[in-house]
This record gives sequence, structure tokens and C-alpha cells, in this order.
Amino acid sequence: MRSALSLFALLALSSAAGAADVRVMCYQDGNECDVTAELAKRFEAQNPGTKVILDVVPYKTIVEQLPVQLAAGQGPDIARVTDLGGLSRYYLDITPNLKDARYWEANFGATLPWLRPTPSDKGIYGFMSQLTMTGPYVNKTLFEQAKVTLPGPKATWDEWIDATKRVARATQTPAAMAWDRSGHRFAGPAISHGAKIFDAKGELMLDDGYRTTVAKFVGWNKDGTMLKEVWAGSGGSTYADSIGEFKNARVVMVLSGSWQINRLQKDIGNAFDWVAVPNPCGPAACTGIPGGAAWVALKTAKSPKEAAMFLDFMAQEANYAEFAGRTNNIPAHAGLAKKGVNYAGATPAARAALTTFGSGVANLAPVAYQFQGYKFNRAIMLPTVTRVTQAIVGEMSVDEAIAKIAADMADAVRQAQK
Amino acid sequence: MELVSRLLGGFFNLFEPLFRAGQRWLGFSRLGWLFVAPNLIVFGLFTFLPIVINFVYATTGGVKLYPFDRPFTGMENFGILFECRDYFDIRTCRKDVFWRAMINTAQFSVIQVTLMVGFSLVTALVLNRKIIGRGFWRGVFFYPVLLSPVVVALIWKWLLQTQGVFNAGLVAAGSTPVNWLTEAHWAFSWTVFVSIWAHMGFYTLILLAGLQAIPKEMYEAAEMDAAPPWRTLTRITLPLLMPNLIVVLVLAMIRAVQIFDEVYVLTGGGPGSATTFIVQFIYQTGFAEQIHLYGLAAAASLVLAIGLMALTIVQLRITKASSAGQRAR
Repeated sequence: MRSALSLFALLALSSAAGAADVRVMCYQDGNECDVTAELAKRFEAQNPGTKVILDVVPYKTIVEQLPVQLAAGQGPDIARVTDLGGLSRYYLDITPNLKDARYWEANFGATLPWLRPTPSDKGIYGFMSQLTMTGPYVNKTLFEQAKVTLPGPKATWDEWIDATKRVARATQTPAAMAWDRSGHRFAGPAISHGAKIFDAKGELMLDDGYRTTVAKFVGWNKDGTMLKEVWAGSGGSTYADSIGEFKNARVVMVLSGSWQINRLQKDIGNAFDWVAVPNPCGPAACTGIPGGAAWVALKTAKSPKEAAMFLDFMAQEANYAEFAGRTNNIPAHAGLAKKGVNYAGATPAARAALTTFGSGVANLAPVAYQFQGYKFNRAIMLPTVTRVTQAIVGEMSVDEAIAKIAADMADAVRQAQK
Repeated sequence: MELVSRLLGGFFNLFEPLFRAGQRWLGFSRLGWLFVAPNLIVFGLFTFLPIVINFVYATTGGVKLYPFDRPFTGMENFGILFECRDYFDIRTCRKDVFWRAMINTAQFSVIQVTLMVGFSLVTALVLNRKIIGRGFWRGVFFYPVLLSPVVVALIWKWLLQTQGVFNAGLVAAGSTPVNWLTEAHWAFSWTVFVSIWAHMGFYTLILLAGLQAIPKEMYEAAEMDAAPPWRTLTRITLPLLMPNLIVVLVLAMIRAVQIFDEVYVLTGGGPGSATTFIVQFIYQTGFAEQIHLYGLAAAASLVLAIGLMALTIVQLRITKASSAGQRAR
């Protein structure tokens, strides 16, 4: 009896010592978490005793709840995040647990600084699961039905507005255009219209370019060119995408981003033809905003070594290629980008969209990169959503909205620096 | 059964010496504290302590979560909330959304509570009569109370969205669709309606219980005196139902001031800030923005607490006055 008990205790102890759970918080635009789950199973097979627990959550949870959890010292081992700089103080340096840190520097060197809390920092905290770029999608079938020619690659926002309005009228589509309810999406057209976003000291500012974009956008919403319910349908700074309206053919064109390709491929099917088009131009540029999601290890990790091992596994070229290929995403892995990704499951429309976004990277304005990497970029993005909506529904004028964005922005940055 | 009660009795007798010792030590009058201690501890930990912590947050600034990491800023957060160039134009206020939320909450509370009490009373009066299928109708009116607020909001969103059921009906009837949730006045009206729909059953139940407690002899006497129905209602039913009505009024008012979940799912506080109420402002300021202004959110929640406290005092006063009036009668 005694020896049986001893054996049981020994087994329990040994299993407790060997088992390590890696908790991963994941959101997906398309099938990113599903593919990760399959990769995780392979990782578990190669590393007996390590279990990857994937918590698939809505994007809102990543944006609103994860930061609070992390501030309270609670959180997963790994998370897929988009607020790269804003959360950087919670990232865990995994360099000591990587098999070959030079491999990471060679392949993710361009984007590793996005995850570092300070420019002088040299730590490795994770990697970009994909690169993204904001940009528009167009319902080509509606253009064909209306017998309107698609504007060319250098067409301006005004020309696109004109063309899509004609299409909407001819095809009785409820609205010509919709933009995701997001300050990030709004920044692309704003920079194209001349917004500099940063002053000489590198601090946020609002200028005529920004004001012009706000005024135009509010006007387009008021005259019915934009589908009003995307922005006016919510209060505060809540995110709302316009892809749902695009999928239902309720708009001719939407401003969203490359991360939606998989969703469009899956959900639209043969219902209509869609294309991604280059970002329309303004007087200053024809830019979108770069970005992406990153897998990061967190200081709250209960299994830091295993978390690093899992990230190392995911970052290996073969696995990364599978992830990018199956999720139809633009890779951030330099070696893979050079070789090209095999988008085996992509339809011709999805492949064309990936090419459009890939070639659009060359047109990104330098300030767009600066904006993406700025720690407090949401200090301008979120008030923009709130105040522009208030201007759309008539609670304030465009000038008042601009003044309020400036005040909210200054307040937020001041508090964050305390 | 007897065995169970004996066992229980024996179990409780085990504590007899402990209680006797406690009584000797504390004295008879203070023994009560021992019995309420568990509840006081729970209340202290989960109600009183958070209130104290809320004060700490309200008087500190920055974005750090732990109170000891936050710099003391005194009344600065309250100053930010109440800073306006012109108090008659909320657009000039530094935190104009806070004031919009306050005004929306006040308007919502007055309109919703008035309608809620009115509809609940009428429904209770009808359900108290001998109508066909009375049990069924009571169930129908109470059913929405059992639903989660999120479910309620999602159901109504599905009905009211631009491509929703209501607009499909309008289009089928040859009319044009209405922007139920993106026009400010419609959105506000629907938030009032949906919250009444969701909670009316609860208040109806309270009033129904009150109606059933009124002695039948009173109505028989009125009938013998040939009192008309309106006189019976105003002279018998309403005065005797007053304690229940006051409870309903105060509960509905407190709940209206705290409105959040249904509206957040139904309209997200929009369009613009047309349906942004005070609790949503607190949530967004503290948790939904990238830069979490916990201090400002805590200050706003204290303002809300003061409002609720005022309502509770009014309730206590009215209840006392009502009880005194009844005793005098």
C-alpha cells in the first residue's frame, strides 16, 4: 500500500514538473487562429509535455480587455496584438530562449523595432504574423452593370467618389462608399490630403490636410455618398468595419485593409466580382497606412521558456510560409518575401488583391510608417472617430470637431506621460 | 425526518458553548455583531473597499493601474469634468461628452420611468382582472425579464437595423425604410421603448402583488355604495397601492440612471452621442480607450454615486412620509 502511494506521488510530481501550458490569446480576421491551432498541434507533438491552449477571442477583447489584464499583472503567455507600441512595456524578451537569435534578426529585422519599447532597446519580443496595409475594395460587378469604367491607379479620392456615385445611382445601391469606423483607416486619406500628423518636435498635430479630410468625409456622410450607418451607427470610438456592408453589396467601394482578403474570398464566393485597388490619391500622396498583427510573448507568461519555444517554432520559415499561405497574408519574413509565398488556396481575385497590396507598399508615405510606429497613435485615432461621428450627426461643426480632437489628443497624451 | 432534525439539533448544540462564551465576553447587546460579522466582512471587502479605492483613483492621475503608482492630483479630475467656458452651452465644456451623457441620462430617466410606471400600473390592473388566459398573459409580460440584456438588445437590433425586419415590412408595404438606429430621435426613442419592454414585467409583478393584497371587502363596500370605477381606482386602489408604487418608482429610477448594457449593444451610444449615458461614459473613459483614464472614470462614477444617493434619500423621505400618513389614517 505504502509503495503504491509513493509511486502515485512520484507520478503526480513528475507529470506536474514536465507539463507546461502555453496560453495563447488569439483573434482572427479570417482563419489565422484555426491555422495556428493546427501548427500548435505539431509543436505539441515535437515537444511532449508542452500544451498550447489557444483562446480565440473577438478583436474587441484584444483592444479593450487585454490591456487592462496586463496592467493588472494578469494575462496569457502569448497574444496576437495590433497595438504594437502601446503594449510594448508588457512584452517579454525571449532572446535567451531562442535557438538562433541571428535568424530572427535576419528575417524580422525590419519589424522587430516596432515591438521594442525604446529605440535603443535590442530585445526580441515576438514577430509580425503578417504585414498589412489599409486600402480599398471595389465591387467590380456593379461597375460593369453600371457601364462605368474603373478609375485608374492614380485616380484621386474625388474621382473615385464621382465614379462610385454614378455606379450607386445606376445600380440602386444604397451608398457609393463606406470607410471602416477607425481612426487608423481615416489616417490614410488624411495623409494623402496633406496631413502631416507630426510637428517638427515629433508631436501629434492637426493641420489643414487633416481638417480638409474631416470636412470632406463629413460632407460625404451627410449627402449620402457614404453609408451613414457605419460611422453614425455607433457612439464613442467603437470600431466598426465596413466589410459586412460590402459583402452584402450595399456599397460600391469600401476602405478597409489587406487583412480582409481571406474573409472576402470565403464569404463572397461567386456572388460578385471584387477587386482591391490602389489607395486613391490626394494632393500630397496616394497612401494607406502600414501595420499588421504580431505574436508577442508577455511578461505575465507562466511558462516563459515554452512560450519562447512556441514563438520560435512559429517563426521558422516553413511554418511561417504555411501560415501566410493559408491565411492569405503578406509576410513580414524577409527570406520568405524574397522567395514568394505559395497562396495555394487563394482564388484569382484574392491573388490579385495580394499583388495590389504588395505593390502598394512602395507608395506608402514616410509619415504613414511614422504614424504606425508612434506609441500614442491612438490618442489621435480614437478622438477622430468620436468627434467626426458627432459632426456627421450634427452635434457639432467640422471646426468644433477638429478643436475637440486636438483637445482630447492633448489630454490623452498628457495623462499617459504622467 | 425526526432523525434529520435531531442530527441538526445535535450539530448546532456543538456551538452552544462557543456562543455562551461569546455572550459572556461581548455582553448580550453586542452579540448581534457576531452574527452579522460574516455579512459585514463580505460587504466591507466587496462594497466598502471598492468605494474607498474609487476615491483614491478619483484623486490621482496618470494611466497606471495600481493606486500606489499613481500621482496624487487632488480634485483635478473633477475640475476636468466640470470645466466649461459657458455652462449653458455644453459644447464649450472640456469633457462635453460627459455632460451630454448626464443630460441624456436625466432625460432618459424621466421619460422612461414615467412611461414604465404608467404601463406597469395599467398592465397590473388589467392582469388583476378575471380575463381569459390570465396566467398566459402574466407569463407573456414577465418573460422578457428572464432574458439577458444582451439578448434583448440583439433581438431588437435585428428588428431595427436598416435591413431589419421592420424596414423589410415597410418596404413590402411600399414605404421607404427608416433609419431607426442612426437618427438621433429614433435611436433615443427606441432605447426607451426597449428598456421598458425588457423590465416592465418585473415592476408589473410588484404592483400585481400590491393589488392582490388590497382586501376585497373594500371593493365590495364601494360596489354597495355604487361608486363608479374611476372613483374606486382613485380612492381605494391607488392610495392602497402607494407603498408598492413608491418602491417601483425608486427602483425604476435607480435602474434607469444605471442603464448601460442594452443600450451599449443596441446603439453603441450613437448616433454620435445621442444615446451615450453616464455609465457608458465611465466605461469608455476607463477601459475602452487606448489611454485608460481611470481617474477621470472614477471621478465620473462618484458624480453618479452622488446622484444615486440623492435619489435614495428622496425615496427614504417619501417612504417615511407615506408610512406616517397611513398610520395617521
